[in-house]
Amino acid sequence: MATTAESIAMPGASAKKPKDLHEHLMLDPRPRGEMNAMVMESMHTTSKKFWGVVVFLALTILFALLGAWGYMIAEGMGVTGLTRPEYWGIFIVDMVFWIGISHAGTFISALLRVMKYEIRRPFTRAAELMTTFGLIQAAICIFLHLGRVWLAYWLVPYPNGRAIWPNFHSPLMWDFMAITTYVIASTMYLFMPLIPDLAMARDRSTGWRLGLYRLISLGFTGKAAEWKFLKTAMNIFAFAIIPVMFSVHTVVSWDFAMSTRPGWNSTIFGPYFVIGALHSGIAAVMIVLFMIRSTMKNMKYFIRPEHFEFLGKLSLIISMAWAYFFFNDYLVPWYGGNKFEQLLLDFHSHGPFAWVWVSMLICNILIPWMILWNKKWRKTPWLMLVVGIVINIGMWIERFVIIPVSLTITRMPFTWRLYHPSIEIPLTIGTFALFMLLYLLASRLIPLVPVWEVQEGQSAHIVRKVGKAMVTSVSNVD
Amino acid sequence: MSGAKSKNTPSKWGMVIDQDLCTGCQACVAACVMENNISSIGEQDVSVGRSMQWIHTERFWTGQYPDVSTIFQPILCQQCGNAPCETTCPVYASVHSDSEQINLQIYNRCVGTRYCANNCPYQVRVFNWRDWPRPVPWNNQLNPDVTVRRRGVMEKCMFCIQRIRRAELTAQSEGRQVRDGEVEPACVQACPAYAIVFGRLDDPASQVSQLVKNGRAYRMLEELDTQPKVYYLTGDSNHGHNG
Repeated sequence: MATTAESIAMPGASAKKPKDLHEHLMLDPRPRGEMNAMVMESMHTTSKKFWGVVVFLALTILFALLGAWGYMIAEGMGVTGLTRPEYWGIFIVDMVFWIGISHAGTFISALLRVMKYEIRRPFTRAAELMTTFGLIQAAICIFLHLGRVWLAYWLVPYPNGRAIWPNFHSPLMWDFMAITTYVIASTMYLFMPLIPDLAMARDRSTGWRLGLYRLISLGFTGKAAEWKFLKTAMNIFAFAIIPVMFSVHTVVSWDFAMSTRPGWNSTIFGPYFVIGALHSGIAAVMIVLFMIRSTMKNMKYFIRPEHFEFLGKLSLIISMAWAYFFFNDYLVPWYGGNKFEQLLLDFHSHGPFAWVWVSMLICNILIPWMILWNKKWRKTPWLMLVVGIVINIGMWIERFVIIPVSLTITRMPFTWRLYHPSIEIPLTIGTFALFMLLYLLASRLIPLVPVWEVQEGQSAHIVRKVGKAMVTSVSNVD
Repeated sequence: MSGAKSKNTPSKWGMVIDQDLCTGCQACVAACVMENNISSIGEQDVSVGRSMQWIHTERFWTGQYPDVSTIFQPILCQQCGNAPCETTCPVYASVHSDSEQINLQIYNRCVGTRYCANNCPYQVRVFNWRDWPRPVPWNNQLNPDVTVRRRGVMEKCMFCIQRIRRAELTAQSEGRQVRDGEVEPACVQACPAYAIVFGRLDDPASQVSQLVKNGRAYRMLEELDTQPKVYYLTGDSNHGHNG
């Protein structure tokens, strides 16, 4: 090997490579069979602790989500803290939050796939899965919010006995359509790269798992033609889903921006919300990756500090972009001098919710900037978990400031009243528990790491020796 | 024949409230509650700001002590010609009546998104946060012409549309036009000071049209171009002249 100028990174040859290259997943290959077995093992391994957490989450969902929701449906929205003028509260905060979470999953996966970023390979699935499960929570939050949820199907355009079509002038209708589109598109986008891994799992399973994987792997056998069609479809979807993702969160922002409310009627809300969504979403990917890495078997091989380092860098850029949009959204109304917007900005920074507003800035700007500039810290998974949680708290607060806090200031000063959430809190906890439960169960049902993508990437990477330096080159396999 | 309404032409109903005459007695509020089957919601919900009145009177102080005077402003749905609430409803529960030029709320269609109430600059929409009890004998007081709303539904003033429709149908059956002053919403009927006047704004001879020409007339938040059909005549116009 040393006699030639080139040394191809073959499985098993990894030990001879210098340490700094060894830490990259793409340059640390393992045999296919071994890697498949590692992923299969991670899906099969469950402990008492795992089932304990599942039961705990299921009970939380039973009481905090289903129980409280049933009570709310039976009693009416009066059991919430909503009132005049906060007709929208934490349910809408949660909805925007979950849609934000769901955005980054697909964004990271699609954008990095399109741009052929090799680092994406082990974590695209984890991010895409977050999208699908996040959207489920967002949909639940919409239903939680409706006064007569049992009539929610009236929002669906279909020929009906009421002889009436939904009102397409309403931003809520656009929102409903956009989210539906996004659910369908992102689920398909999650499913397509999953097919080869499901086929892999099918060939290594018995019993009920065999039946399940046989059904959902759609008879994929790995023929060249199958790969060709699959890759073409994935490429189309990866491109198509990026504008869909931008439009969906812009439409979500229009729920607010299209209104006449001071503080809401803003032309910058579209991009501001998109960036906000990415900010919370990328942070959520860091949390999810940390959980996968630290709780699932064999995952330390696939999810490495280099991935946290990359996401941390991305998060820092997005945090700066968010700060720019926040500043812009603040400066323009402040300079404009509209009476009610002045009152609102003053209420944000000096009112009883000022501590919330300040913590938003600390969580979204100060803490990320103080930590993410340092490469060593970015490579520390637990620290990135902390940053991820902090950013998500900050972004939840951002939506809280935009929705119930801003709603406090109306043009009719005698209606001003503070928002005191009540049943919204257990319901919010319930949606978080449902997200975690779905993720937990999915982690044992589908391969959380796209094994074929990792294998493809590893086979495309070659380390050459040029003089005394080791040079990595990547051949284009897409 | 003033205030005439021919069979098929749309009319434009409007209201003028003279704040000089308003004493803040709240008779309009009580009358509205009774006419429109508005729920009595109890202390608990009132204390958190969920009062259901479709018309409520606000009190404003002007001047410095001891030279102060009080102005009352009854606030109800302003029946915008260009209503922010209407476009927001995804299920067409909030619609514009072409024939009466009123913002209607169709309770049976409402699914309770509460977007309309957010977008109402006057904050005059009220939501049924619960099903409040209507114990015997209150049920006997219900107005059969008005739908009783259940929890989860938005509601608001519609200028007593049931009274407008009744007057229109009566006039039609008698082969005549609706006379000016023939339609009186409950608040107008109950006002002891005659501070509230109701009629057709598209009839130049009607009392409301005459009052709108009064130099004291203004509309709330006119800068938003919602084109309300409720005009106010400024209060305190004689401040300093009556001791």
